[in-house]
Amino acid sequence: MSLADVVAEELPPEINPVLPPPAFTAEQAEHLIACPLCDTLHEEREIAEGETARCARCHEVLESPRRSAMTRIIMLALSALVLMVAAMFFPFLELSVAGRVQRSSLLDTILAFSSGMTAPLTIAMASLIVILPSIRFLSLVYVLAPMAFGHRPARHAEFFFRLADHLRPWAMAEVFIVGVAVALVKVAGLAHLSIGPAFWAFVALVLVTVLKDNFMCRVTVWKTLESRRS
Amino acid sequence: MEDARVAPVLTARRAGMIACTECGKVHVPGLERCTRCGSHLSSRDVTSLQRVWAWLGAGLVVYVPANVYPMLRTTLLGKTTDSTIFGGVVDLMHHGSYGIAGIVFFASIMIPVAKFIAIAYLALSVTHRVKLSPGKRQHLYEVVEFVGRWSMIDVFVVAILASLVQLDFAAAINPGIAAISFALSVAFTMLSAQSFDPRLIWDASEEPEQ
Ligand SMILES: [Zn+2]
Ligand SMILES: [Zn+2]
Repeated sequence: MSLADVVAEELPPEINPVLPPPAFTAEQAEHLIACPLCDTLHEEREIAEGETARCARCHEVLESPRRSAMTRIIMLALSALVLMVAAMFFPFLELSVAGRVQRSSLLDTILAFSSGMTAPLTIAMASLIVILPSIRFLSLVYVLAPMAFGHRPARHAEFFFRLADHLRPWAMAEVFIVGVAVALVKVAGLAHLSIGPAFWAFVALVLVTVLKDNFMCRVTVWKTLESRRS
Repeated sequence: MEDARVAPVLTARRAGMIACTECGKVHVPGLERCTRCGSHLSSRDVTSLQRVWAWLGAGLVVYVPANVYPMLRTTLLGKTTDSTIFGGVVDLMHHGSYGIAGIVFFASIMIPVAKFIAIAYLALSVTHRVKLSPGKRQHLYEVVEFVGRWSMIDVFVVAILASLVQLDFAAAINPGIAAISFALSVAFTMLSAQSFDPRLIWDASEEPEQ
């Protein structure tokens, strides 16, 4: 049975209508892929490296495998972890007023909210800037490293890849960098401000994160995980 | 998959199948979880709209104190001044930093308000007829998802200022209570946008023409 044969009937637009009897068997469904955003079915075919398959209806990217993407993602995630450690402990910003110098590391910035009514914000800040991005990098390495070396996927790899995907909007390193830029301008009138090495480590971290997310094709990773499991 | 340009398209729901929104795998009904990625499966997320409205309401409620109470409390030579989000933008303009004032105004005032309106519009468009085509509405949804986190800028600015300008200087900067409610408002609207099931955008357009 081809796709066009089944298109005939119409369905009411309720949110949760009774599903019609399935048009495909489980074996036939193996050769289909659905758009994650609009539910449109497509017949699955081999997508060459460097090619991008898009949804016929909403043009969302379905698959875009890239050459040696896994090794590149692992390398980038590892560099991001190293940069994160560097950014944490080196001085981030330096402020000097009348000969006195105040150094502030990323840790100080996070702890700025730790007193009084705003204490809960400390946990939120630490999560958004350091903890969640680090969990993402670690999860990706954990999921992809065994597969890149040709081994079977690690235990609970599925869980950790889902975790990395769900945490993506909550890892806000790049938003933080823009916040730093705004803060620099705000203090400029009060005192002399200079940027420490940790700041550049953090900028590099943001660039590496963006590069890594560009290489990553979610569906390709899922399919590889599935085929290596069986 | 350019050759799949058949209209109207066949969705997993119309074919009586259930598709995984995480990995795209298509299943026959009856499974709890996706066999490829382990995500929870549902043809349509029935509670989606309820959760969208609940988070959106919560986000609106905490957005009010975020604008009324001070975001920053500056002590300069013993004199304490409070500044709200909007006050901060005005201050930046007085200093002549129009670009930065623009960024803060856009991230802290324009984006949150536009997000509230956009999410409400998308949720209403599922049950009501609207002018915008499904393709455009999905585009709007993707913009809302992408842009929401950038509203956090002002919270970060407050944290950086507070850690830099400490008490032993002539000046001290402390975070105000609005920092919390603003951060919560951003988080709640992000959750609201994430609760929305974008497949609902297209369902109404599959309705037969009268
Ligand atoms: Zn689509
Ligand atoms: Zn799945």
